[in-house]
Amino acid sequence: MFPALIPLIPFISALLLMAGWKRFSRIGVTVTGCGSIGLAAVIAIIIAMQFSANGEQAIVQHAGNWLEAGGFKTGFDFRMDALSVVFVLVITIVGFLIHVYASGYMHDEPDYARFFACMNLFVGAMLTLVMADNLLLLYLGWEGVGLCSYLLIGFWYKDPANGYAARKAFIVTRVGDTAMAIALFMLFQYTGTLSIPGILENSTHVWSVNDGMITVIALLLLGGAVGKSAQLPLQIWLPDAMAGPTPVSALIHAATMVTAGVYLIARTHTLFELAPAAQTITAVIGAVTLILAGFSALVQTDIKRVLAYSTVSQIGYMFLALGCGAWSAAVFHFVTHAFFKALLFMAAGAIIVALHHEQDMFKMGGLKNRLRGVYWVFLIGCASLAAIPFVTAGFYSKDQIIWLSWSAAGGHVGLWLAALLGALLTGMYTFRMFFLVFYGEEKTKVHHQPGNSMMIPLYILAVLSTVAGFIELPHTMGHVTLFSNWLQPVLPAVSVLHESLAMEWTSQALSALLALSGIGLAYAWVVKHPKGMSDFLEMPAIMWLRGYWSRGWDFDELYNVLLVRPFVYLSRINRRDLIDTLYTGLGAFMEWCHNVLARTQSGLLRWYILSVVLGAVAILSVLIWRIYL
Amino acid sequence: MIVHPTTAGMLLAGVLFVLGLISILVRRDIIFMLLSVEIMLNAAGLAFVVASSHWGTADGQVMFIFILAMAAAEVSVGLALILQLYHQLKTLDSDEAAKMNG
Amino acid sequence: MMGTAFYIAAFIAILATVMVITRYNIMHALLYLVVSLLAVAVVLYLYGAPFMAALEVIVYAGAIMVLLIFFVMMLNLGKESAAQEKLWLKPRIWIFPSLLCIILLGELVFLVLQNHQPVSEVKMVNPKEVGIALFGPYIMAVELTGMLLMAGIVGAYHLGRQKEKTLHRFLENDQS
Repeated sequence: MFPALIPLIPFISALLLMAGWKRFSRIGVTVTGCGSIGLAAVIAIIIAMQFSANGEQAIVQHAGNWLEAGGFKTGFDFRMDALSVVFVLVITIVGFLIHVYASGYMHDEPDYARFFACMNLFVGAMLTLVMADNLLLLYLGWEGVGLCSYLLIGFWYKDPANGYAARKAFIVTRVGDTAMAIALFMLFQYTGTLSIPGILENSTHVWSVNDGMITVIALLLLGGAVGKSAQLPLQIWLPDAMAGPTPVSALIHAATMVTAGVYLIARTHTLFELAPAAQTITAVIGAVTLILAGFSALVQTDIKRVLAYSTVSQIGYMFLALGCGAWSAAVFHFVTHAFFKALLFMAAGAIIVALHHEQDMFKMGGLKNRLRGVYWVFLIGCASLAAIPFVTAGFYSKDQIIWLSWSAAGGHVGLWLAALLGALLTGMYTFRMFFLVFYGEEKTKVHHQPGNSMMIPLYILAVLSTVAGFIELPHTMGHVTLFSNWLQPVLPAVSVLHESLAMEWTSQALSALLALSGIGLAYAWVVKHPKGMSDFLEMPAIMWLRGYWSRGWDFDELYNVLLVRPFVYLSRINRRDLIDTLYTGLGAFMEWCHNVLARTQSGLLRWYILSVVLGAVAILSVLIWRIYL
Repeated sequence: MIVHPTTAGMLLAGVLFVLGLISILVRRDIIFMLLSVEIMLNAAGLAFVVASSHWGTADGQVMFIFILAMAAAEVSVGLALILQLYHQLKTLDSDEAAKMNG
Repeated sequence: MMGTAFYIAAFIAILATVMVITRYNIMHALLYLVVSLLAVAVVLYLYGAPFMAALEVIVYAGAIMVLLIFFVMMLNLGKESAAQEKLWLKPRIWIFPSLLCIILLGELVFLVLQNHQPVSEVKMVNPKEVGIALFGPYIMAVELTGMLLMAGIVGAYHLGRQKEKTLHRFLENDQS
């Protein structure tokens, strides 16, 4: 089997759908769009099985030359190793489920083919990103993902707000992309290659630990990752990206796009190990982001925005893990997160469709008995997100991160406390959403039940969100290390400083307790004492805080003041284009000369004679001056 | 002070030429302009003859004859043109002929 | 003495030319020009070119001036033309052209005065020599002058002819 087929099939399908969207019937589009991803998933599974059976380090396929200039050569090299296999499997399987779901969700959409073309392209680009063997190909996928996010967030382009959200996503991630491109140039300059294994191998010869240059490069790479993964300075685009259709949100949040940053850092972990400062910054960014986003999620009214902020928060956990050096823990959390976040988004989409495209949670309620199936899968998703102990996948992955944020070599008590606070917040906002939607009195009538094509992917994901956790169990409970063993060839094991069973127990108990108390608080807040809570929430200071959080800590406003307004102001000053004035001035001068000279052609005979005389006087003057004076 | 004859003749020719030039510059009547051209041509012819006598060769006088012939042709064509102009525009004002911006 | 005769003739020539350029009446101007030409003919004679002097009198003063006089008489430009001329020739108009031409004259005089050769008599050039030169080395120029005169005749005939007024048939009825 050829690894190159995996990204190629979605690309071909996207091309077919784009070129012949008028010729395809609705069923044809569904079969092509979903089938291509399904086929890619099947191929991915076969290759993964071959791969695990062979015990090879990596399968690399050179699918063709791309650029060849002088000594520089780069090609379409696709690489399957332990890390990319994990990503490819998640992307294709979750992506396939989302596609199937989308065929039901977007059933009444007139631009059905365009939607599936973009979705396929999105998955193809993401697969290119995670399978690239050199950084240039990775960058191609990286930019392709950005482009597709633009196309899909602005899918309903007739509403200007959607176009605005799409542009915002594109431009904000572009800031990170630029940082990453610079990092690429620097890496090429210093290591002389763009091949990822080559860079990782050379880097240890070129740089020593804590070298200034490698720190800069690592920080630039981090900048790129932060942009795509919506972490602290560049997180503002993700909540607005909810403008796209719900399957797109699921795809962006679960399988593609936002996890690209996690992948990039995991892939270039050697560079980050050489730059402990950058690694620490990664951890701090992750910790701060997960708390800020947690608070923002707590006060949202739009169900999709809660999920968006929860994604930012969960990716914060992954960055925290990466920053602590717990590479496989981050990837593990990515896997479980992909399952339960896709599940949550698609369940939320089912609710939204059932309620006539109502997204405000305060207008929902009492859906427990109306949407039984959705209720159960949503509960499983929420439980996994809130990390309810023992039965959910989210518990095992998040718990590992929380424990390692203290015990790992790069860990710190502060990071650990932040992670614990995050656990409490996650429990609160998740179940606040859950109780608001499914309990209380019924405010909006359910108008139709989601069909099979939407429910079956949800059931599958619900199962995965539960069992995926059992492939990696902590020391205290069974000590299963299937996942980290799998990743061992690519990602080194975390170096644990504080090996203490008692402490680990304490940490786990604390995080479980905090998650459960978060749920309890949400229950008290939403179901038990809505009156008392609303009195508390109506207090002016609290109101102000709520507004502040719900606007995402006013980062948008901050960037407006710091960047957008000065830029607009400067461009207004330069409206006439200062540099261009030189050239327009030249043109104007010529035109002026033309006008002056044209006026001399008056047709007046005396004027002509006068010019002749003037010329004669001038020539004679020059002659006399030259010869006699 | 005895002035060199050539110098004196050349000065006379120069003065006559410049007088014709002033006239052509200030006049608007097209016949007067033609007249001024005649003055200037005549002055130029005079200069040629003076030069001829200075060198003692016939070339200057040959040139005078050519100028004479040219003046005759010019006057005949010029008068015909003026006649046409007068018929078309009913005036002899040269500025009126500026309509073509030629 | 050649000097005295020259100065008298030159004085008359300049004076008559000044009169030409200041007259309002075209007829007066033409007659002064004839005087000026005759004075120049005297100067030509004094410079040893009697044949040229004769040609000046016959062709310039005789033919060309008479042609101009007859032309003016044909157009019948009378007092109105003189009044118009007076209106056009305001004193202000003279200033700039005169200034310019005086500069030009100054330059010409300066150039002429660069001649520092010893004073010598004017040299006589016989009409015979002129004839030999004209039909010897200059024969081609003579032919060309003949062509020029021919063109002048044809041009004058063609341009001077009164064209019949031809109107488009749609406009004929409007002419009334």
